[in-house]
Amino acid sequence: MPTTDPLLKVTGLTKHFPIRKGLLQRQVGAVQAVDDVTFSVQSGQTLSLVGESGCGKTTTGRMVTRLLEPTSGSILFDGRELSHLSVGQLRPLRREIQMIFQDPYSSLNPRHTVGTIVGAPFEIQGVKTPQGTKRAVQDLLELVGLNPEHYNRYPHEFSGGQRQRIGIARSLALKPRLIVADEPVSALDVSIQAQVINLLEDLQEELGLTYIVIAHDLSVVRQMSDRVAVMYLGNLVEIADGHDLYTDSRHPYTRALLSAVPIPDTSRREKRERIRLEGDVPSPIDPPPGCRFHTRCWKATDVCRTQVPPLVEIAPRHEVACHHPEDSLVAAAPAQAAAPVEDAPSGTAASGTMTA
Amino acid sequence: MSPAAPGTTTGSTAYETGIGGLGEPPANAYLSVRDLRVHFPTDDGIVKSVDGLSFDLARGKTLGIVGESGSGKSVTSLSIMGLHKPGTVRMQGSIRLDGQELVGAPAETVRGLRGKKMAMIFQDPLSAMHPFYTVGDQIIEAYQVHNKVPKKAARAHAIDLLGRVGIPQPNKRVDDYPHQFSGGMRQRAMIAMALSCDPDLLIADEPTTALDVTVQAQILDLIRDLQRDFDAAVIIITHDLGVVAELADDILVMYAGRSVEYASAHGVFNEPQHPYTWGLMASMPRLDRDPADRLMPIKGTPPSLISVPPGCPFSPRCAYAARVGAACVTERPAFHAPTSAHYLACHLDDGERMQIWSDEIEPNL
Ligand SMILES: Nc1ncnc2c1ncn2[C@@H]1O[C@H](COP(=O)(O)OP(=O)(O)OP(=O)(O)O)[C@@H](O)[C@H]1O
Ligand SMILES: Nc1ncnc2c1ncn2[C@@H]1O[C@H](COP(=O)(O)OP(=O)(O)OP(=O)(O)O)[C@@H](O)[C@H]1O
Ligand code: SF4
Ligand code: SF4
Ligand SMILES: [Mg+2]
Ligand SMILES: [Mg+2]
Repeated sequence: MPTTDPLLKVTGLTKHFPIRKGLLQRQVGAVQAVDDVTFSVQSGQTLSLVGESGCGKTTTGRMVTRLLEPTSGSILFDGRELSHLSVGQLRPLRREIQMIFQDPYSSLNPRHTVGTIVGAPFEIQGVKTPQGTKRAVQDLLELVGLNPEHYNRYPHEFSGGQRQRIGIARSLALKPRLIVADEPVSALDVSIQAQVINLLEDLQEELGLTYIVIAHDLSVVRQMSDRVAVMYLGNLVEIADGHDLYTDSRHPYTRALLSAVPIPDTSRREKRERIRLEGDVPSPIDPPPGCRFHTRCWKATDVCRTQVPPLVEIAPRHEVACHHPEDSLVAAAPAQAAAPVEDAPSGTAASGTMTA
Repeated sequence: MSPAAPGTTTGSTAYETGIGGLGEPPANAYLSVRDLRVHFPTDDGIVKSVDGLSFDLARGKTLGIVGESGSGKSVTSLSIMGLHKPGTVRMQGSIRLDGQELVGAPAETVRGLRGKKMAMIFQDPLSAMHPFYTVGDQIIEAYQVHNKVPKKAARAHAIDLLGRVGIPQPNKRVDDYPHQFSGGMRQRAMIAMALSCDPDLLIADEPTTALDVTVQAQILDLIRDLQRDFDAAVIIITHDLGVVAELADDILVMYAGRSVEYASAHGVFNEPQHPYTWGLMASMPRLDRDPADRLMPIKGTPPSLISVPPGCPFSPRCAYAARVGAACVTERPAFHAPTSAHYLACHLDDGERMQIWSDEIEPNL
């Protein structure tokens, strides 16, 4: 239970990308990529942002690192407000918040050596290192499990997992406190993925890092996170401690999402219940009024179609934005406790959308 | 199906000690691949993308092929479909489809089999669809290759298919261009195209990799339903073990272009026997495992297919090679079935393997 102030506190964060048309570039609409998102992250912990393609995960991460200017909302980092700082004012903060990118192939300049790539942050920020940049870079390479002799090699000589390590070494150069990792392992094969996940966990322990991990793979997220926030079409719909979210999610969308994850166990395939979501995700240019999930939700009523459900605490440290949240599978619902709760997160008997 | 018989229900345990030894194809095999080798000569050397692959598949059954990036999964499917660029490839071994040999068959012959006898769903639907023709016209064209029917009837068939794969308002959407469809809809449209002639064999190469989980679930349901309706033989290729666990009757695990383990899905998931398969399972985060447990990655990276290590291709990364000794680095392990119809390519002797399995692997799975 956190008693200290969070390292990062984001309130009402919103990003609307204007759509312009014509000679005068008049604004004719906006992509509501992120809308009124609120969450916080404790120092030394990992918060993951999950949700399906286009729901606003990357946009949120880019606002936190201030690679993008928010349309509105507040970003408090260690007590300082970041949302409206100018480039000059941001400069010292850039050291403390770093980003790791998804694609280890395109995020490294192919014409630069590993030494140049990992040492770049020192140059850019004009940081003096006591024993010289080369030594500092070699220490970093060692820290991420690469050979210091790799200093003069080029990215193409490395495998995907090794390239991701190079990217991680670069992000660690300036001793950041918060790292936003956008799909850090999704381009990697399973056997390599595990190496990078373990590395990130070890570094967190050793250096006391705080992570925001952006990922769409719910198994990876469960492995890495203390807290998990689920997004749908620009909104944050549920946030809870990892264990609670995976065993006792309360938002209909989270339930559907979790029930769709294939589990590598042949003996479960007959037993699993899956919630089939009908239709496609609506456009963020013209999102549905009220609850944005109502066009696909089997529990939607009139209030869902007109009123935005606020994010409220439904249980300790567990917040949900829904007018009709699902019953808890654990405590107060003895009738359902008989169901095999540990047997994969699945939907409760809600309606005809269930399939056995 | 009992866990005994990959590919068939006859449970043949006959095998040769040859590299791709799997014995004579059983009578009900619709597709039989024996010791397939697909090599690409390049400036840097010969890329041995597939180098000793054998399996059988009956109608109504699903085979899952799993393996990491570059293990030869797509090259295998393109070889079956006869889709390699002529002159770039050397193919050896045997691919028999409904009794007909495809390796060395004239391109004309193989082309004639596409659509009706076999069809493929590609990973990237945009690459398989032409951007300048409507979705409907592309399905109609595929259908008319094998069915001499008037355009109007073919169009009705296309609308029917789009409806069956879950495209809403198919009579309107049939005139859309591919870019007007969402990713999931495009994938469904491509499935409709692949199914236009009711193929006997459907190869799905990473059909859901680019898709979100909820869309993936829709597509997997669809493949399952369609297989039931058409009694098709299905090959599903993926690196996601969860996906094969949902669909496959049998599983073939590939490493560096070779089959390393081949058994019923139940056998591979509950009693995997090859060290590489053990490694894959231990390195995978999964929802039914305690997240406090540390993942156990496989050390190192897969070999270059231009210079695959002699002996067992997995030997540089294998934690058990030391228990076998020199054979792992000098001698290629035969593909054989120590227990009934659970095939693997590994030198570990059976007693030692069972020991490792019960002491180290099973308790952690
Ligand atoms: N610069 C931009 N201009 C206009 N729209 C944008 C821009 N960047 C993102 N968007 C839109 O904002 C929405 C959210 O995008 P974002 O990249 O944050 O999604 P995501 O959750 O990271 O998805 P993915 O899992 O596919 O990476 C999408 O609809 C996207 O098309
Ligand atoms: N036409 C070609 N010429 C030379 N090498 C090729 C050719 N096609 C494929 N390869 C090589 O063959 C190997 C196997 O490729 P393949 O596409 O079958 O892998 P895969 O198992 O499908 O991997 P992924 O999971 O990444 O799709 C790779 O190393 C690839 O570079
Ligand atoms: S608010 Fe209504 S529509 Fe939205 S998730 Fe809850 S029940 Fe469904
Ligand atoms: S043959 Fe040897 S190196 Fe290969 S998997 Fe078996 S024990 Fe490991
Ligand atoms: Mg993104
Ligand atoms: Mg492939």
